[in-house]
Amino acid sequence: MNTNLLILIATGALVGAASGFLGSFMVLKRMSLVGDALSHVALPGMAIALTFGINPMLGALVALTFAIIGIWYLGEKSEVYPEALVGIFFTASLAIGVLITPEPELFEALFGNIENIGFSDSLITIAAAILIFFVTRRISQKLLLSVVSEDLAKSTGIKMFPINLIYLLLVGLVVALGVKFVGTLLTGALVIVPAAAAKNLAQSIKGFHLLAASIGILSTIIGILVSQLLAIPAGPAVVLVSIAFFVTSYALKSP
Amino acid sequence: MVKDNDVLLSVSRLKVKFNHHLILKGISLRVKKYDTLAIIGPNGAGKSVLFRALLGLIPYEGKVNWSPHIKIGYVPQKVFVAKDIPLTVAEFLGFKTKDSREILAVLTQVGFEGNNPRLLTTRLGVLSGGEFQRVLIAFALLGDPQVLLFDEPTSGIDVSGEETVYHLIHKLQKQKQLTIIFISHELEIVYKYANKVLCLNKQAICFGPPRKVIDKQNLEQLYGEDIHFYHHHTNSHEH
Repeated sequence: MNTNLLILIATGALVGAASGFLGSFMVLKRMSLVGDALSHVALPGMAIALTFGINPMLGALVALTFAIIGIWYLGEKSEVYPEALVGIFFTASLAIGVLITPEPELFEALFGNIENIGFSDSLITIAAAILIFFVTRRISQKLLLSVVSEDLAKSTGIKMFPINLIYLLLVGLVVALGVKFVGTLLTGALVIVPAAAAKNLAQSIKGFHLLAASIGILSTIIGILVSQLLAIPAGPAVVLVSIAFFVTSYALKSP
Repeated sequence: MVKDNDVLLSVSRLKVKFNHHLILKGISLRVKKYDTLAIIGPNGAGKSVLFRALLGLIPYEGKVNWSPHIKIGYVPQKVFVAKDIPLTVAEFLGFKTKDSREILAVLTQVGFEGNNPRLLTTRLGVLSGGEFQRVLIAFALLGDPQVLLFDEPTSGIDVSGEETVYHLIHKLQKQKQLTIIFISHELEIVYKYANKVLCLNKQAICFGPPRKVIDKQNLEQLYGEDIHFYHHHTNSHEH
């Protein structure tokens, strides 16, 4: 096994861990589909970045940030959560993204290509993953209490407005990290599937976080190895491994 | 303005609107130390909205003045906890304090016998309605509040459980010298435990000691022509 592959696997594992950890909140907040839809917004951002020769991860991050501020604003300011609007907005960005992404890079943008992950990408990913863990730990209690009852959280003096925004921005960051590995179409799965699998087995929040992060790590490591062995794209391999974890966890779920 | 030292809460001309619909108007009341204030009224009268305004959870017009540095414990009415949420009792109470002795102490106060080690690692979703209500009360008690706000403490619990929750609240009030504000729709409970009552139907219909201010006319105004509640009360009183 060469050093490049090792670095790749280590970086992938970190993305898996961060996605699983953040995803565990997403699943509890019943926002799984938002996470999935959100990943589609990355595509036009990547397309624009590719056109201008900038790191596509950065393009994805900028596009995601805008989308997240939009979601957050709609969620906080409007009485009814405009689900249809979010769905329309996201599919529109996917369609526009497909049209404006340069042809040679389109497949890569949609499904990821780990061959193209450079050393600087790894460094950015490591830094971002550390940031994600650090910040999420700081806001996790407040987020969780608001999952139980938003009123209860507010009554203890928690300002949910900024907490929700910070959380969503972290989700955007983790999705941006994931696009290089599994592509815009599948990066949402990295956030949702390990967390959903972990929820089947967890008996406490602590266990839930640990399990979600672990399944995220294992899915990316096993998925990348399998993709190397069978010479298939890593994105679908990683996602399918995580889904295998989900199916297993569902079978093991205590009634 | 709160002038009297014993006044913990004074509300004047409170008005709440949602999307131009007037939900509450002209609510004025005072709550003194160790009072037990009951808020009664029909469904949709704005009882829970009043609570949420008192807690500052929603925008309102008018004045809500709590005495300075007051600590408020709140037990919300509808807390939907999914059965499969992997959150234990200890983790939930841990959101408020990391002191495990304090957690054990409040759990004992709300009627869980001290030596039930499994309770702490039990998931919220598998607790019975009554147990969950007690855990919510325990949550409210953490941090030693002076005032407790209960939004319909009995909803969702069977009748045998009802009695114990009110009994518990009453016991806690004596033990911890608490001021209590609760929402209820049962007049018997109001007579038994409250020294003040606010009859609410978008506006205050009566406010004062229950035996003074609850009369046929007020109840008719409160509940419309359906004075079932009133008869219910007089019947139970003759025994």
